[in-house]
Amino acid sequence: MKLTRRTFLGACAALAVTPPRPAFPATVLRVGMTPAFLHTQHGLLAKWREYMEAKLKRPIEIVQRDSYRETMDLLQLEQLDFAWICSYPYVYLRQQLRLVAVPLYLSRPFYRAYLIVSLKNRHIKDLSQLRGKVFAYADPYSLTGHLVPRYQLRQMGEDPEKFFSKTFFTYSHRNLIEAVADGLAYGASVDGYVWDSLNALKPEIVGRTFPVSASREFGFPPIVARLGVAEADFVAVQNMFIGMRQDQQGNSLLQDLNLNGFLHGLPSLYDEVDEMMRAFGEG
Amino acid sequence: MRFLLNLSFRYKVPLWGSLLIVGTALIISSTLLLRSYGELKSDLLRDATTQGRTMATTLFSAVLHDQVWRAYEIIKAPFSRESGDGPGQVESLVVLDQKGQIYVSTNPERLPMLADFARLSPEFASLAGIISQTGRETRVLEPEGSDHLFVATPIREEQAHLGTLVQIYSKKVLRSRFLKSAGQAALIAALVIVLLLPIGWYWGQRTAVPLLRLTERMEELGRRLPDDLAPELYDYQDELGRLYRAYNRTLHQLREKAQIEGQMIHSERLAAIGKLTAGIAHEVNNPLVGMLTALDTLRHHDELSPRTLKTLTLLDRGLMQIKDTVGALLVEAKVKSRDLLSQDVEDVRTLIEPQARERGVSLRWENQVQAPLSLPSSSVRQMLINLLLNAVQASARGGEISATITADDAVLSMVVVNGGQILTDKQIAHLFEPFANADERGHGLGLWVCYQIARQLGGNIEVESESRDGAGRTAFKVTIPFGAPA
Repeated sequence: MKLTRRTFLGACAALAVTPPRPAFPATVLRVGMTPAFLHTQHGLLAKWREYMEAKLKRPIEIVQRDSYRETMDLLQLEQLDFAWICSYPYVYLRQQLRLVAVPLYLSRPFYRAYLIVSLKNRHIKDLSQLRGKVFAYADPYSLTGHLVPRYQLRQMGEDPEKFFSKTFFTYSHRNLIEAVADGLAYGASVDGYVWDSLNALKPEIVGRTFPVSASREFGFPPIVARLGVAEADFVAVQNMFIGMRQDQQGNSLLQDLNLNGFLHGLPSLYDEVDEMMRAFGEG
Repeated sequence: MRFLLNLSFRYKVPLWGSLLIVGTALIISSTLLLRSYGELKSDLLRDATTQGRTMATTLFSAVLHDQVWRAYEIIKAPFSRESGDGPGQVESLVVLDQKGQIYVSTNPERLPMLADFARLSPEFASLAGIISQTGRETRVLEPEGSDHLFVATPIREEQAHLGTLVQIYSKKVLRSRFLKSAGQAALIAALVIVLLLPIGWYWGQRTAVPLLRLTERMEELGRRLPDDLAPELYDYQDELGRLYRAYNRTLHQLREKAQIEGQMIHSERLAAIGKLTAGIAHEVNNPLVGMLTALDTLRHHDELSPRTLKTLTLLDRGLMQIKDTVGALLVEAKVKSRDLLSQDVEDVRTLIEPQARERGVSLRWENQVQAPLSLPSSSVRQMLINLLLNAVQASARGGEISATITADDAVLSMVVVNGGQILTDKQIAHLFEPFANADERGHGLGLWVCYQIARQLGGNIEVESESRDGAGRTAFKVTIPFGAPA
């Protein structure tokens, strides 16, 4: 089922009130989720919450927002304790966050950006051929869906603001793929992990797009905690993620997300992102 | 056309009925179809206008904040799988900006973003001018010769006009939907026809067949009297039923008339025969009396030779036989005679009973005559004797005859019934003629005499001979009116 933003928000509101929970004495841990491809997989989110509650023995609240910026704001406002965010927001807020864990995709903590076009435009060889076309971005704070293509254009000596005739944001990689598949946008830069994973789940949409090229590797979107989170909570949550591979339920969750597990990551994994941000005067 | 009108009702009635049924089915279905097409279109336009207004309202903020994807999701909503592809299914939705460029469309391949709408097709070019007008109302545009319907709704709030939402509907969808319902209507009409035609045909036959029977009989009327029409062939009160009854009535009247004519001819013939017979008898009787008197006188002379005497005796016997016959033919009923008494009737019984016994025939007797009747007793007795003798002769051994003599309402009625062989039609036709029934037992004048007497007394004699339950029954009934007893 395809969800519009409106129905999705309604579903989120419903999520917050529906299932009866075990009465845990401890305070609620609030976990923000990035609108990755699991954006529309509510069943999956519910499983995650149950898993975390069982492991941490305390109530968990999953918080979803439409844009990356909103999740970032909530972290800054200390309304979230933990969050799974894109690499770009992590680097952007690096000073206010602690790295909890980094997912393993194809057994490595990396992912790439794919430049995609519609299947019938597969003669396109690289980004330079998209001059004057309509280009879709994922989110202003998306690494692969915004920063990467703009950085690439900058490297080519182009002005990202003038190179395309029109750009717009779809606020999720999944929508990005759909925009290109429908021909609304001529091209887009999309999270390679999302494209690959969705290709297995929704080939009827993803199959209508064609990956022209892949970027170099970047650190995979990490699990982060705000600085103020209690050490005990931090360690508990970190151990939970790192240990997911060890139990069957955790493995099943990882499999649903097409991930291999989590590891203790180092902030240096994201130095290249920092570098690109600096090129645009950020960070 | 003439050929059609000359057809038999057997074909014409069902044919006209069928034509009516087919015609009605066609007219009704085509009227309904035309209406349904109009309704289909107005429904479509109403839905389109509602949808356009709703969508334009939500589109306003998306366009205002340049949220292309949101605008795309809004206009894409009607294309979700749930809505199917009914007649209301829009072909494309296009959001145009103030300059007439495509802001977003549901069909980006053909109607790409930023393209100048007017330049995409001549059809769009003709509309661009009207669409770009910054009116407030939703407009329905139907360019001549176009296969599309356009519904244009301005995207605006207060004074801010951001662009226009254009809903493009294909008339082909309308038409194919129309053809589909036309097909269904044709099918239903065909079904109705298939169901009604046999009924119509049956009904036509029901009306036509009785009419045909009537016609066949009417055509026979000139040649002979046809049979009655069986009432169960058409037992209703409508005009045809009345025609049937009128026909049967007419037929009965014709039969009665024919019967009366036959009887008249019969009695006229009998009367003529009677007159002739009586005339001849008189003519013969007068010289006969003279001859007998002369013969008698001659016989009283003494000098007759035995041979002459023998000749005279021979002549006398012959003349006496002629006199008997002539006398029988000369029925004089009104000869002066005393009134009829009950005893006269009983005397007849006394006379007949020995003869009946001799032939082994029993006699049932009922005599209700009481007061004297002013009828010549000898004539009445002669009739009764004749009828009873005939009955005894006609009966087989062991049979029974009955005589019922009543006097009511100034009419004497004598009914004599025997159980012998019944009379043939031919016998009945000549029954009352002289010598008609002559056989070894007599010269057959008995019934003729009865008839003559009855007629002369102003009465009548009738015969009924019929076979009932295997036994014959032949009844002679004499009715004679009488005045007050003298």
